[in-house]
Amino acid sequence: MIQEFRRIWKQYAIGMLWLLGLLWPLLGIHPDGSLSFEETFTVWLYLLAGISGCLLIYLANHGGQLNFITIPVKTLRTRVMALATPLPTWMWLVVVFVLALIFPQITGRYATDVAINVLLYICLGLGLNVVVGLAGMLDLGYIAFYGVGAYTYAVLNVTYGVGFWICLPLAACFASFAGCIVGYPTLRMRGDYLAIVTLGFGEIVRIILNNWMELTNGPNGILGVKPISILIPVFENGCSFEIFWVKKLQFFYYFALVLAILTIIGVHRLNFSRIGRAWESIREDETAAELMGVNTFVYKLLAYAMGAFFAGLSGAFFAARMRFVSPESFTFLESAMVLCMVVLGGMGSIPGIILGVVALIALPEVFREFESYRMLIFGATMIIMMLFRPAGLIPAKRVGKRSEEKE
Amino acid sequence: MEYFIQQLINGLTLGGVYALIALGYTMVYGVIQLINFAHGEFFAAGGYMGVIILSYFAGCGYMDTHPVFCLTASFALSMAYCAYLAIGVEKIAYKPLRKESRLAALLSALGMSIFLSNGLMLTQGVYDKAYPSELFQGGFDFGGMVTISYLQMLIVSLTGALLIGLNILVFKTRIGMAMRATAQDKTMSALVAIGSNRIISLTFAIGAGLAAAAGIMVGLYYGSVRYDMGFVPGIKAFAAAVLGGIGNITGAMVGGLIIGMVEIFGAGYLSGEYKDVFAFIILIAVLYFKPTGIMGENIDDTRV
Repeated sequence: MIQEFRRIWKQYAIGMLWLLGLLWPLLGIHPDGSLSFEETFTVWLYLLAGISGCLLIYLANHGGQLNFITIPVKTLRTRVMALATPLPTWMWLVVVFVLALIFPQITGRYATDVAINVLLYICLGLGLNVVVGLAGMLDLGYIAFYGVGAYTYAVLNVTYGVGFWICLPLAACFASFAGCIVGYPTLRMRGDYLAIVTLGFGEIVRIILNNWMELTNGPNGILGVKPISILIPVFENGCSFEIFWVKKLQFFYYFALVLAILTIIGVHRLNFSRIGRAWESIREDETAAELMGVNTFVYKLLAYAMGAFFAGLSGAFFAARMRFVSPESFTFLESAMVLCMVVLGGMGSIPGIILGVVALIALPEVFREFESYRMLIFGATMIIMMLFRPAGLIPAKRVGKRSEEKE
Repeated sequence: MEYFIQQLINGLTLGGVYALIALGYTMVYGVIQLINFAHGEFFAAGGYMGVIILSYFAGCGYMDTHPVFCLTASFALSMAYCAYLAIGVEKIAYKPLRKESRLAALLSALGMSIFLSNGLMLTQGVYDKAYPSELFQGGFDFGGMVTISYLQMLIVSLTGALLIGLNILVFKTRIGMAMRATAQDKTMSALVAIGSNRIISLTFAIGAGLAAAAGIMVGLYYGSVRYDMGFVPGIKAFAAAVLGGIGNITGAMVGGLIIGMVEIFGAGYLSGEYKDVFAFIILIAVLYFKPTGIMGENIDDTRV
């Protein structure tokens, strides 16, 4: 135990000295030919304090010094769970659903806006979950399908005047088609090659969007995309239909909610279907899956197409909501962000991904003043999750018993 | 014809830079079978260190009196800095995950890449940082359109020197032999008293040092650096490593030159807007038709 502690503190000390050496050239050498140390030391001391605090809490928790806090919390949790378990799951879902329904009524415009963002990212995250979490293929160009969906609606609507409800399935189909195009040549590759090729494809899509002036208007983007419209029957003289443009944020929220719920149901059904099991078997061991009669080629292609399908749907919604699309929205960092949500929540776990999206979209809104540190924290989150909790905050439940689990 | 020769020279310059970056990918892949996504950030960090040190010297006034010393020192210090950075990065983000699944290590590497590029942004600012501009004006003029700037000559010769040095290190010295042995079989090399952790650190350090040199060259060539400059060259250099057969040092050099040439000629003769696409298309085509690359993957002796 003591040796363990000594080892940890020694590594920690070396690490912090390393950090100091890393920071000083970046902060302490000035172009006017002077050297300074104050700024470096200030930054370093802040970091030192923060990391030491985390390490102390971690060690205390490990050594049992925090039992006076953790044990009551644990008993409280088991009691609450014991109270909650008799109620069937659907009651909780109803509660969440009702809360989601009245959310825009009880909060302001800003909160609704953030909530719409959360809902769209839930669709994106769940779509990526199909590819990464279920089928185990790392896709770093995922945002390209989102872009394909958004541009499908924008181009069809602005150039040809096609309505939203016709474009929505078209956008999803185009995106899945793009998914198949990306998927087909990459399926023979191993995990890490796949990652970098999908990254390349994502960049190619962005470059094409940026340079195909006739179709996409290049870096300027497409302006004036129409919002969602629905037909409302009017019974004044006889029965006629009137077009109602969904411009109000609250109404849009409900459309996004419906989309998110449909996506959740869809991914849940996929996850616990024969197809979902086939994907999981491919993720665990591709050769074994093939031997058991899973057509790995078809199922991997299907995973790509399904993931892209959901991305296309949310892309069309994104275009209808922003009423403007430009290649700026579909960069690699967006892909990385969605991936970070999936990783944080737990790959393959639907409640986990919802939690991950809420954490990574809503929390930055709360901590607005740390806006510039956002991507830094995203990157750190990914590393820390992989090091300490690779299964995510809410690990995925699996169907049936596994050989590695104890009886 | 002059245009062709001029493009050939430009392609050689760019290809040399890609070859230097690609070597880091290929060596790390050879030793621990991991794509080091953060490698592009080592390249960017090298570019930044170059600009920081050169501007410091310029501010002190040494630049006018001892230009050769300043340049040598900036290359040496940035390479050392990036090696230092890479060793720490490997210990923090990759070493604990060596036994875990590939996906975990890959995601950790990706997180590290995002972290480093944003760390650079936070410490150095969002905007481009300009190199001291009075360096290397002019060049040889071969009548008509062909010119070789002094800078291009420096880049090509330095790249050549580094590549030869690396070849000697890997194929002629005992350390190189230890590296090759670790790449082939970690258990067996451990049995003959080669510490694999040390060799892995060394590999990361060498790769990052080469990337840092490439970063300064790119900074000098284009005149400025940016915090996200590592991303696209990183992918292109990876394409070069794959083209040459990942894990193969000679392959990475050849692959880098080919990718550089293709990019310059594609931009010159086909389309300037789509110049970034050519490298990706080569990458995808190579992986589809010949995943082992042109020089072959895992040839027993040349693999590091």
